[in-house]
Amino acid sequence: MEKKSKLSIFTNGFIKENPILVLILGTCPTLAVSTQAVNGIGMGLAVVFVLTCSNILISALKKIIPDNVRIPCYIVVIATFVTIVQLVIKGFLPSLDKALGLYIPLIVVNCIILGRAEAFANKNSVVDAALDGLGMGLGYTVALTLMAALRELLGAGTVFGVAITANLITPFSLMILAPGGFFTFGCLVALVNYIQMRGKKKKEAKELPAAEEGGAN
Amino acid sequence: MKEMLMIIMAAVLANNYVLVRFLGICPFLGVSKKMDSAMPMSIAVIFVMVLATAVTWPIQHLLLDPLGIGYMQTVVFILVIAALVQFIEIFLKKSMPSLHKALGVYLPLITTNCAVLGVCVMNIDEGYTLIQALLNSFGSGVGFMLAMFLFAGVRSKIEENDYPAPFKGVASTLVAASIVSLAFMGWSGMVDNIFK
Repeated sequence: MEKKSKLSIFTNGFIKENPILVLILGTCPTLAVSTQAVNGIGMGLAVVFVLTCSNILISALKKIIPDNVRIPCYIVVIATFVTIVQLVIKGFLPSLDKALGLYIPLIVVNCIILGRAEAFANKNSVVDAALDGLGMGLGYTVALTLMAALRELLGAGTVFGVAITANLITPFSLMILAPGGFFTFGCLVALVNYIQMRGKKKKEAKELPAAEEGGAN
Repeated sequence: MKEMLMIIMAAVLANNYVLVRFLGICPFLGVSKKMDSAMPMSIAVIFVMVLATAVTWPIQHLLLDPLGIGYMQTVVFILVIAALVQFIEIFLKKSMPSLHKALGVYLPLITTNCAVLGVCVMNIDEGYTLIQALLNSFGSGVGFMLAMFLFAGVRSKIEENDYPAPFKGVASTLVAASIVSLAFMGWSGMVDNIFK
């Protein structure tokens, strides 16, 4: 396996392999929680914590955990950290606990976390795993918050609870309900696809004249 | 009786797990491509949901609550579900090979299906009795099946059409899901009013 720089491990999750918009992992909480920007940040940070901690622990224990029972072991590690997050949120942020509700325990079955444990943490050093967890988690948070802010703006006319268009036009409240979630998510994925396609075309356009020149010589 | 019907109707239609509560989206997007794989997957989900509730409800009320370790819920439930799925697979392999062949690939996928853990946790949160919890699980499973079937039909129509390239793949599926979900919103007021 080729050695990657620490920075590229960290930034990987932001753009190139953004867990929500490119890998399409962890869709369930993404759709359910992204009704308000504040919820997006809360959920995102909970995932950052669980992902980083479980990545570190799994990477540290990778030699001890037998290969045959690794998945149950990962699940126990992840569930432990999720329980910690659950208790902290319940204790200190009761309003966030009410908003996220069922979706906090469901972080356990979020495919991102198990996916990173299996694909990255059990093959790499502790430091790399921590960076990967942080990067992936923050990429998740950014995408989730962006989507939540968009839905909040369209559906309620506010962003982070601050009125922007709420007094000017009647908000399109469908956007914060279930269909709006699917729709916004679909459009964002299409936008990312579009940007990637354009990037590829530009690259090809650049390479093509160069290749022709080479052929002429 | 009225109350029981209401729980089932609400779980199948008004609070549809996939389209309204956003649980189990991964298999919904992944497996709903074809009718013939949607069927065994949905049956496996109903099966595991009801069994998982039948096991986790007594665990919560007879073991975790009396011992005062309710906070272990997440850890215990996910392990129980994983073990249960594993056990069902072994059991089916030995006693019903034909059923195992049909459901085989889908069973392990269900362990990481948030709908199963979701329904178990929700049954506890809502304070259902064991019978109500089982009905709710069954209804939720049927709701999953209904959404899968409807959506498999919608999807096969989409595939034949021409639409902008960036929407190819998941994006078009999500937009289509949004429209199907819009249809399901019509049920939300209805269930409460039917039984009044």
